[in-house]
Amino acid sequence: MKSKSIAVVGAAETTRMGVVPELSNLGLNLDAALNAMADAGLIPKDIDGVATAGEHPWSVAASLGITPKWVDGTNVGGCSYMLHVRHAAAAIAAGYCTTVLITHGESGRSQVAPARYAENPASLFGQFEAPYGLGVPVTQVTLPAMRYLKETGTTEEDLALLAVIQREWALKNPRAQTKVPITVDEVLGSPMICYPFRRLLCCLVTDGGGALILTSAERAKDFPTKPVYIMGTGEGVEHPIVSMMHDFTTSRAFRLSGEAAFGSAGITHTDVDHLMLYDPFAHVPFYALEDLGFCKRGEAKYFYRERRAAIGGALPVNTNGGGLSYQHSGMYGMFALQESVRQMRGAAAAQIEGAKISVCHGIGSMFSAAGTIIFTNEA
Amino acid sequence: MRSARPLPTPETQNFWDGCRAGELRLQRCRACHQVYFPPRPFCPHCTSRDLDAFTASGRATLYSYIINHRPRPDMGTEPHSIAVVTLEEGPRMMTNIIGCPQTPEALQLDMELQVVFEVQNETITLPFFKPLSHEAEV
Repeated sequence: MKSKSIAVVGAAETTRMGVVPELSNLGLNLDAALNAMADAGLIPKDIDGVATAGEHPWSVAASLGITPKWVDGTNVGGCSYMLHVRHAAAAIAAGYCTTVLITHGESGRSQVAPARYAENPASLFGQFEAPYGLGVPVTQVTLPAMRYLKETGTTEEDLALLAVIQREWALKNPRAQTKVPITVDEVLGSPMICYPFRRLLCCLVTDGGGALILTSAERAKDFPTKPVYIMGTGEGVEHPIVSMMHDFTTSRAFRLSGEAAFGSAGITHTDVDHLMLYDPFAHVPFYALEDLGFCKRGEAKYFYRERRAAIGGALPVNTNGGGLSYQHSGMYGMFALQESVRQMRGAAAAQIEGAKISVCHGIGSMFSAAGTIIFTNEA
Repeated sequence: MRSARPLPTPETQNFWDGCRAGELRLQRCRACHQVYFPPRPFCPHCTSRDLDAFTASGRATLYSYIINHRPRPDMGTEPHSIAVVTLEEGPRMMTNIIGCPQTPEALQLDMELQVVFEVQNETITLPFFKPLSHEAEV
């Protein structure tokens, strides 16, 4: 795919977010899809490609009356939507379809008809991890952190500072679930969930969703929305279970994804104006800053200590408040993409003036996968 | 007793048989001599199917861990460690560190550990790790 040959022409989140018991898991996907189609001025018969994770693409397509020529049900965890963007761009470039709808919806909090994954005691996880008390993500994706902290000299206070800075961003956003400021001391005094992770170092659990519509840059000119171009993309995977992660201080999936995205975009890190780094727990953006090459190994801590990620900082990060303070339904990647698109449209609640390039990076499952999309608003 | 129990597959049966016999079995490739885990019938480094299973020393060091303060219902009510250890032979595995307080003070990264086995039922015995006691070796 040629850089900037594909564009986002529709983007929207669900009508309501946070606690939405009146919609099912699938219903949240469909609500987001209707909002994204309205945003783009499209109706279902205009859509000929569908991608989603959690729910099946056929459920989304059939419910909306779409007859797709192309589908993608890639599910590699919360960064699945980054991979959908990448795959959709390639599919449009290849001529398989012209207009792709990507949806996310998850009843993470209310658990209304959730997409369930059956536990398999014969899987690698079932045999070699689950017997030791692992289950929800806070017992898995957090495991590398102690090694990272020791090897890099990063502290629990550094993790807490990230949470504080993201809360500052969230307070500028009326759609954010959290409404009160927090301090480092308050973060470090919040209840212990899985040492060293306290409640305020963990993501929210909310209901919500979002959807994107992609088409060719040529067609994008005819849409009512300001086109946001796909400049570069990457994806990567590493392991099925976190105990098989090669090095607990760096993610191979992150590095692969980042290298591919920057390589295909043809930009350097100093070109980037805005950054979204999926933060299910506070340590993950530290890995992303280093593995994507924004910081040298072990130096992401200075990025936060010097408030470079904060309001007024040199490279604003997670300007919606992130999974820690904005919304987190379970597969958060779509919300990171939505904020990148808003920033490129100039329509974000905490808008970065003059931002032209936004990098959006997601983690999938337990450091198992990664996806990176680089957006620009310049054709 | 914990409810999440492994269901061995043909590829992993020898490992679980080893645990029942009090042996921590690893696989070594006869072609490239790499040791690996979890078990599979070919070498993940060079794809050779020419393998050797052997009993590991059972010594390990603590690579990383968490202390779960909200245990799964079958794991009791007290905070417990979930740990990844590096075996003396190189591979890593998930486990719990037992036989010591479940506190950051007692659980120091890189501390030396020794495997211990605990019977779960007639087919499954799980390997756990406890702090290495040098006195016990004499």
